Amino acid sequence: MRPAGLRPVWLAGGVLTVLVALLAGLAFGSVSLPPVGVAAELLNLVPGVRLHSGLTEREVAILTQLRLPRVVLGLLVGGMLALAGAAYQGVFRNPLADPQLLGVAAGAGLGVTAVIALRGNAAGGDATAGLPFGVPVAAFAGALIALTLTWLLGAAGGRDRSPATLILAGVAVSAFLGAAQTFLMQRNVDTLREVYSWLLGRLATAGWHDVLMIVPYAAVTSAIVLAQRRELDVLTVGDDEATSLGLHPQRSRYLLIIAASLATAAAVSVSGLIGFVGIIIPHTIRLLGGPSYRSILPLSVLFGGAFLALADLLARTTGGQAEIPIGVVTAFFGAPFFIVVLRTSRSVAP
Amino acid sequence: MSDAPAVAVADLRVRLDGTLILGGVDLTVARGEWVTIIGPNGAGKSTALRAIGGLLPFEGVVELDGTPVERLHRRDRAKTVATVLQSPVVPPAMRVFDYALLGRTPYIPPLGRESAADLAAVADVLAALDLARFAGRRLDTLSGGERQRVFLARALAQGARTLLLDEPTSALDIGHQQEVLELVDHLRAERDLTVLTTMHDLSTAGEYADRMVLLAAGRVAAAGSPREVLTEAHLAAHYRVRVRVIDGERGPLVVPVRG
Repeated sequence: MRPAGLRPVWLAGGVLTVLVALLAGLAFGSVSLPPVGVAAELLNLVPGVRLHSGLTEREVAILTQLRLPRVVLGLLVGGMLALAGAAYQGVFRNPLADPQLLGVAAGAGLGVTAVIALRGNAAGGDATAGLPFGVPVAAFAGALIALTLTWLLGAAGGRDRSPATLILAGVAVSAFLGAAQTFLMQRNVDTLREVYSWLLGRLATAGWHDVLMIVPYAAVTSAIVLAQRRELDVLTVGDDEATSLGLHPQRSRYLLIIAASLATAAAVSVSGLIGFVGIIIPHTIRLLGGPSYRSILPLSVLFGGAFLALADLLARTTGGQAEIPIGVVTAFFGAPFFIVVLRTSRSVAP
Repeated sequence: MSDAPAVAVADLRVRLDGTLILGGVDLTVARGEWVTIIGPNGAGKSTALRAIGGLLPFEGVVELDGTPVERLHRRDRAKTVATVLQSPVVPPAMRVFDYALLGRTPYIPPLGRESAADLAAVADVLAALDLARFAGRRLDTLSGGERQRVFLARALAQGARTLLLDEPTSALDIGHQQEVLELVDHLRAERDLTVLTTMHDLSTAGEYADRMVLLAAGRVAAAGSPREVLTEAHLAAHYRVRVRVIDGERGPLVVPVRG
C-alpha cells in the first residue's frame, strides 16, 4: 500500500489549473486577446524563444505591463492565503481556522492602514500606489499581535481551546482591530478613499512593483510551511503523541504560525482583505484528496492561486465600467461554502 | 549495557501546576518483564508513565536501557520506548496504514520521506496484528477493539523494545480486554518486548503482570509479585474498600464486597 501523499495526477491537475487561470486571466478583459497569441507571447518571455504571436504592440503592452503582473499577483496572493489557511488549520487542529477568522488579516490590515495613513499625511495623492517595501513588516507586526490576542482570549475560558472558542475570540479581535482601523481612517480623511478601496480587496494596478515586493515573502514562507508538511500530519494525533514519536510539536507550531502569519501579512499588504480563500481551497482539497498535509499544502498553493486569478477575472469582467472588488467575489462564493463547512466540520476536520 | 534494565527510575518527582503529583518513585523493569502500575484514581499512575515516556518534565532519574533519558535525542528516545496513551486522538479520515506509518516518524529524516524499509515494517506489523485487511480503511470507522489494535500497531511500528501502555483496555468490554492483553503478551514473547502498563482492573492486571507496583498519593505503597501486592490489607488501606482476594489459576482475583 502506498502512503498518503501528493499523487502525481493531483499535482498535474494543479499545474494545469494554474496554466488555465493564467491564460484566461491574460486573454480576457476589457479587450479580448486570442489565447493562442497570448500563449505565444508568454513563451516569448523565456530567453531565447522568439515566436510570432500576431498581437499588436499595444496588445503586447496590455499583456505584459497590465495583465501579466496582475494575474501573477493573483496567483501569488491566492496561493499564500490558501497555504496560510491550511497551515493554521493544521496548527490549531481547527477546521475553521483561516487568516480572516483568526483576526490575523485584520491585524495585518491595521498595520497597513497605519502606514498608509501616516504616509498619506506626509505625501498626499494616491497613498496606496507603490507602497514602500517595509509595509509587509508593519502588516506582519499587526498580524502577530492579533494572533496573540486571539490565542490569549481563546484561552480565557479555560486551558482547552475548542474550535468554537478560538474562532469567537478571533471574531472579537477582528472587531476590535477593525474599530481601531476605522478610528485611524477617520482621523486621516485625506487617505480615506484609498484605504477603503484597498480594504475591500483588490489586486493592485501598480505593475510589477507589488509582485516584486511579495515574491521574497512568498518564497520564504512557502518553503518553511511546505518543509513542515510531515510534521503537520503527525500533529493531527496531538502534541503528546507527536512528542512520543520524537518530534518537537511546540517548535513546529511556532515556526508554522510565524510563517503563515508572514504570508498573510505580505498578501494583505498588496491586496487588502480578501476573505475565504484560506478556508475554501484547503477544505475542498481535503474533501477530494484526503487529510494528508503532504498533499493539502502544495495543492493549496496551486489551486489557491488559480482560484484567486479566476476570481479576479470575474471581478474585472462582470461589473461593466466599475470593477467589483475581488474581496466581494471571494466572499460571494466563500460565505455559502463556509456554512457547508460548518455543517460538515465533524467529518472534514483536520 | 545489554544487562541494564529496560527502565530504571529513581526518586522520580513530578510537579504539575505547582502540585506535587509524584513524590519520589523508584521503579525498575527488567528486560522482557511485564510490570503493571496500579493505584486509586489520582495516585499518579499515568503521570509516572508519561514522565518515563518523556512527555512531562520531571526531577530524579529515568534511565532507558541504561542511558539517562535526558541524554537521549528525542528521536532516539522514540526508538527506545513507544507510548500508547489512554485515549489516543483519532484523526478524522486518516487511513489505518497511514496511522501505523506515523510510528516510523523517528526513522524518517527531517525533509525526507519514508523508505521501503519503513513501509515494510508497517506492513509486517499490520499483518502480525491481523490488521492487513483494514489497511485502507479509515481509522475513525473502526470499532473500539480494532482501534486499540491499530494504536498498538503504531507503537510496534516504532520498533521500540519497551512499550508503555496507559490503561490499554479501559475503553473495551471484557472480551476485547482479554484479546488485547493476550496480544500484547504474545508480542512480548515473540518480539522480546518489555511492557510497563497502568491498569484499573486489578484481577486482570494480576493475571498478566510479572510484577506490580501499587502507587498511592504519588509514592510506592507496595511492590512485588501480584500475590505480594494484591492483598486485602494493601487494597483496603489504599483504595478504601473492602475486598476479598481469592486465589485464581493465574493470579489473585480481587472481588469488592459491600462494607
